[in-house]
Formats: sequence, C-alpha cells, structure tokens
Amino acid sequence: MEEKEVQKFDVIVVGAGPSGVAAAITVARGGARVLLIERSSAAGTKNMIGGAVFLSAVKDLFPDCWQEAPYERFINSHTWSLLGDDTSVNISCDFPNENKSASIYRSKFDSWLVQKAKDEGVYFAPSTLVKHLVIKQDRVCGVKTEFEEIYADVVIIADGVNSLLAKETGLRHDYDPTDMVLSIKETHKLSREVVEERFNLKKGTQQGAARNFIGGLKLEEAPFALGFMYTYLDSISIGLGVNLNDLSALGLNPSDLLERLKEHPVVKPIIEGSEMLEYSAHLIPEGGYKKLPKLYDNGVILAGDAAGFVNGVHFEGTNFALMSGKYAGETALSAVKIKNFDKKTLKLYEKKLERSFILKDLKSYKDVIENLCKRKDSLMNYYPKKAAEFFRIFTGASCKPKRDEFRKFIADFIGQRKLRELFKDFWAFVSSVFGVLK
Amino acid sequence: MSGEENKKSIEDKLTTIKYNCCREAHLKVNQELCKKCESRCCTYICPAKVYSYNENTNEIEVEYENCLECGACRIACPLNAIDWEYPKGDYGVIYKNS
Repeated sequence: MEEKEVQKFDVIVVGAGPSGVAAAITVARGGARVLLIERSSAAGTKNMIGGAVFLSAVKDLFPDCWQEAPYERFINSHTWSLLGDDTSVNISCDFPNENKSASIYRSKFDSWLVQKAKDEGVYFAPSTLVKHLVIKQDRVCGVKTEFEEIYADVVIIADGVNSLLAKETGLRHDYDPTDMVLSIKETHKLSREVVEERFNLKKGTQQGAARNFIGGLKLEEAPFALGFMYTYLDSISIGLGVNLNDLSALGLNPSDLLERLKEHPVVKPIIEGSEMLEYSAHLIPEGGYKKLPKLYDNGVILAGDAAGFVNGVHFEGTNFALMSGKYAGETALSAVKIKNFDKKTLKLYEKKLERSFILKDLKSYKDVIENLCKRKDSLMNYYPKKAAEFFRIFTGASCKPKRDEFRKFIADFIGQRKLRELFKDFWAFVSSVFGVLK
Repeated sequence: MSGEENKKSIEDKLTTIKYNCCREAHLKVNQELCKKCESRCCTYICPAKVYSYNENTNEIEVEYENCLECGACRIACPLNAIDWEYPKGDYGVIYKNS
C-alpha cells in the first residue's frame, strides 16, 4: 500500500491576525515547530480595524523592533463628542509627547507581523482555508484544509470573531445578536496637510487624533451605536459600531446610519472634499466575561476574537489579541516540553489569562456594555441634547437673567423625563463604575 | 434615505473594494425556512446588501460576490437559515486600506 507522507507539527495556529502571529512566534521562539495557516493570500486583507493598535502589547512581543512596524500616526489626541441634532459637546485630551497607540492599515501591519514570524522560524501557509479540525478520541490532533490533513499536538484557534472552528470543537456556541457589534468603516483620502490642519496636528509629524461620536443620528428611536474617526498620514477613517440586535429590531441598515453621521453639521466639514478609498465591515464580539467560551480542551486553545477577548468600552481588542496569543503560545510550548496535551496541562492558559489584565478586565467590565445598552435612549438622544442646552445657556449671553435660564434648564431636565428613568440612568452609571472598581 | 437610494449608495461604496470572486457561492439560504421568516432582517442589516427579497418568486436572492465576510447575517438570522462559510482560500474580499 502506498503510504502518504504525513505532515506533522508541534503546534498549528489557524489565523494570521495579531493573536495568531503572537501565538506562533512565541512557540517558534521556544524552539518548537509551528505552522501558521491563513485563508487569505496576504495577512490582514480580510481584516479591518477602527483605527489604532495599542503599542504596549506590540512592545511586549517585539521589544527590539516595535518601532519598525508600519504605523501611520500615533494617536495622542482624543475627543469624545456628544452630538445633538446640530450640536456637539466635546471632551478632549492631548498627550503630544506620549505614543500609546497608532493608526494602522491591517493589510500592512498584519503582513509586517507575519514577516517577523517567518523571520523567527514560523512556517507560514497563506491562501489556505482550514475547513475542519481533525478530532480523534476526544482530542484535537490537527486540521483539515481544502486539500489535506495536517497534524499537530496542539492547535491554537485564532481565526477571528466568526470562528467556525471554535463552534465545531464545541468550545463555543454561536453568539447572540445582542452581544455583537457590527462595525462599518470608510477610509477617505485627504492630503496630509489637510489632515493635519483639520485635526490640529503638528505639521509634518506623525502626530494623530481620534474622535468618538455619541448620538447625532437624528432618529427618535436610536440604536446603541458609537461613531469613530481616526487620522492616517494622508487619509482618515470614519465609521460606526452598532449593536447588531438593534439593527435588526429597528429595521436599520448600517451604511444608512453612517451616512446620517457623515451628514451631521459637526462631522461633515471634517470629511469634506475627501475621496472614499475603501468601505469595510467587521463584527466585534462584545458579550464580554459572561459570554466567554470554554477557552481550551484536549489539544486545542482559543485566542483573540475567536475567544471573544474585547473590551468595547475602551476600544481594546488588538492588545487582548496579541497578549492572549502570547499566553496561548507559551502554554502550547509548555505542553510540547512535557509531551502532554491534555486539557489539564492546557489549563495553564486560563491561569495565565487570570493573572493578566485580560480576564481581570473582562470580569470587572462584565456589566458595563449591557448597562449602557439598556440606557441607549438616554445616551444616544437625551443627554447629548441636554448637554447642548446647558452649554447654550452657559455661552449664549441671551440678555436674560442666568438664574431664570438655569432654573428652567433644571426644571426641564427633571420634568421632561420620568424620575424613574433618570434614576435608572444614574443607577446604570453607578453600578458600572462600582463594578469596575470593586 | 429610501431603499433605492440606499442600495445605490452601497453599490457605490462596494466599487471601492477589491474582490477575488469565486464561482462557487459561500453563502446559501434555506428558501423554505426563509418563506416563514417575518423580519427578513438579512435584507437590511447587511452592510453590502447581499440579500434581497424577490416578490415574484417569494425567494431571497443572494449576491454572495459582494459579501464582506463580516458574518452579521449568520448571527442575526432568526431562523438560522443561512449556511455561512468562508470563501475558499485566497477568494473573497481583499481589503487594502482598512
């Protein structure tokens, strides 16, 4: 009988995004044989990011060469805007001398990550779709691509938010639409000078800015949504993350919502005269701690978006992906060294996550998004309008006694909304803050 | 924005995206289940307007070639009627500036 050559690695990583690369490179650095499989021909071309990658995690993985990554601009200016129909009340912070995050194009950044992985000995298989896992005797022992079976002692699943493989292993059930955010984005070309002028950035530098928008969609019943904008060297991104269940329930199209945001009188001038370079869409798993899947089983580990590691409040995802990938890699490496790939051994992964910010943050933030989502009408409509009314009085010099105006404002604030609703808003705020700090 | 205008706007946006189109559909709907669907939410939540309802045939039409592979339809479909797979290796959407 003709024997077919069996391909066998110590570790296979599925998905060459930040968590997959972090996992693969960690395994390779420990001296084990690792194969990184990616379904696209070039890493990053299936991915979209609102804007920025967090540098703390990139520095952790690449202490000597993190500066070489293809960063567009360092995001050191942040503005949050509460948008009324034609108004905006903003909070801003600037840290011109601190580079904590950077805007990137995924096609360039992820490809850079993969190049680093290849340089450090990771075998890379692009254009390869993993269709199934090879599961024998209650143990994952490899992957089945469109063409062949490839074996490994540990398979790290890092194939992103839709991870059909995580579902196949039984580690994860499908997400509920209430736990998902659909993010859509447009990248718009503007000249470098115009970007720097419109965002008040120091000319000729890599300083960058991010803006977030709450409200401003001019809908009586608005979905829970957050607008975002990031600067690149000679372009900007504008996008919107919307709760998927709200889209379905309210009969809304995400692109239509983004058009509404783009038409807002405060937003419109920022993108005026630009040319759309690319439209994109991606899901974000925001179920958090309560919806976490089982993170490992015999011969298999979940990392990154596939495991649902996102802190939506702070827009953190890439750092969770990179660090969870690293811990998955370290765990696989320990298993390879002692030649035991049972779930008992791989429990080390969970321990590492528990000791890190990943599970600590997910745990302390477990109610925040849910609390905010329940108060979406307050957040998306009532408070942005009230904030504008307050500042209209504060800055308006209407030649009326200020006391009368402020008293009317307070009477309206309480009168136009049931006390019970105001209390619920207050309670949601207090319980979210208390939940994080306790 | 009306349905027609909205569709036009999305068509324009899709022209900015590069695809490597596969002849084989990676999205399939179960038309029998779809006939029982009251919301047909796939026809409006999809950022690429992949799904549309044909009144004459009482069927959901699927322009899978425009798919952005986000997976929203798969999660949102109330009847689990969408057979959603990744396109074959190398095929589908190719983002350059996202």
